[in-house]
Amino acid sequence: MVLEVRDINTSYGDVQILRDLSLKVEAGEVLCMLGRNGAGKTTALKAIMGLVRPRSGSISLDGVELTAMPAHKVPKQGIAYVPQGRRLFSELSVAENIEIGLMARGKGRDTRDRVLNLFPVLNERMKQRSGTLSGGEQQMLAMARALCLEPKVLLLDEPTEGLMPSMIAAIRDSVTELRAQGVAIILVEQRVDAVLPVADRVAFIENGRTRDTVDVETLHGDLSLVHKYVGVGH
Amino acid sequence: MDFGPYLFLAVLEGTVTAAVLALTALGLSLVFGVMRIVNVAHGEFFMLGAVLAWWFSSMVSGSPAIGFLVAIVMAPLVVGAIAVLCERTVLKRINYDPEATIVATIGILYIIQQLALTFYGADARPVQAPVNFRVVFPWFGYSGYKLVVIAASAVLLLATWFVLTRTRFGLIMRATQFDSETAQAFAIPVDRVYAVVFAIGAMLAATAAVLIVPIQQAHYLMGGDPLLLSFIVVIIGGLGSIFGTVVAAIIIGISDGVISVFFTPTLAKILATLLVALVLVLRPQGLFGKTPR
Repeated sequence: MVLEVRDINTSYGDVQILRDLSLKVEAGEVLCMLGRNGAGKTTALKAIMGLVRPRSGSISLDGVELTAMPAHKVPKQGIAYVPQGRRLFSELSVAENIEIGLMARGKGRDTRDRVLNLFPVLNERMKQRSGTLSGGEQQMLAMARALCLEPKVLLLDEPTEGLMPSMIAAIRDSVTELRAQGVAIILVEQRVDAVLPVADRVAFIENGRTRDTVDVETLHGDLSLVHKYVGVGH
Repeated sequence: MDFGPYLFLAVLEGTVTAAVLALTALGLSLVFGVMRIVNVAHGEFFMLGAVLAWWFSSMVSGSPAIGFLVAIVMAPLVVGAIAVLCERTVLKRINYDPEATIVATIGILYIIQQLALTFYGADARPVQAPVNFRVVFPWFGYSGYKLVVIAASAVLLLATWFVLTRTRFGLIMRATQFDSETAQAFAIPVDRVYAVVFAIGAMLAATAAVLIVPIQQAHYLMGGDPLLLSFIVVIIGGLGSIFGTVVAAIIIGISDGVISVFFTPTLAKILATLLVALVLVLRPQGLFGKTPR
């Protein structure tokens, strides 16, 4: 099982965002995209989901071409998305958000129970409007909603943004667990310390290009690449 | 007649107006809420419902009840199909751009109106009520059909509320309304949802029109007032709030009835429009609307 993004170019109007960006992630692997604000990380995830159309290049999952697939068919292939800022259906209840996740690939009660076991705190909040949850609970719900697809590939866009350390640890644990289950994960982060403990490989993104892709071991003790692409102070 | 019974009659008349208005405005509100577009042609879907009701009921011979039943099933279906056609051929192609949609639906308004004039003509034509009984109050007798209109409209409003809050399709509609991009990331075919919502909106207006034609004749220019009043109701009630739409329709409908009976219909329209101005100044999100995030 492999998700492969090859040389995609995208633009918003006249502004080109991604330039020949390539990525590859396999089952049971965590690929982390690191880069500054505006480097194109979020756009790359949206392109995979079909929410932004590449002008050229290709995106495929196990040889199935996703590049021109209508956006609502992409999740049916087994790709789940946790957007930046969570993007819950905030007027809907926790249960309804979960239900929308389940409906995406026609999953039932088994999946629901399994997902809620990962995030037991949601059980007590099922009837609550999701917009009224705390930040950490919202992030858990966003993860839970995505996991209701039983995805082969999980795209996480800054899942630890604005969370307190105990929540960050909980999110990190669930990422590790999913990797062990054989899910391919693409993780977008801006902070290297959130990445090092979970990532297998790191792709550095700058100005819409993949500059370097390295094994995470290379970065332990040598942060020169991080300083180069993300900046000092991280 | 004393003041009390006179007021009671006025309130009854107002309730009939409110019932039909609530259905029409709910159609506009759904389209407005889910698709974030303003459908200026909404009143023409109302008019088409009335004109088609006349056409279907005049095709069926025999008891007026059968003609009316055919009309209330078929007219909304045909109008729904026409709405889907407009949505696919025009709105989808301009990508639901809010400004372009206003201009495009003004165009659709004139096309439908002129087609109705060409094929239906400039006459006002009545449809016979399916039931013909009078409810006798101590002070006056009242058309039983008008009470049927109120009941039918209440049932349809409840049915819409049920679909929206208790069914899978309602959940999909609400998810699309709150965040259409994220909805797509969860396999919701947003453009198909739009087509269905646009059709439901038009069908609600058409159904309201079929209910009203036995009271008010079908005419090719009859779409103007329902459009204006629906806008008033949607603005007062708050964008995307079904509850607000229904409450506002009751306020506007009953006050319209009472003021029309005691003063003039024109004064009723003046006051309703003034109320819109006040709501826009003092509470722009509407009485029951949520502040946009």
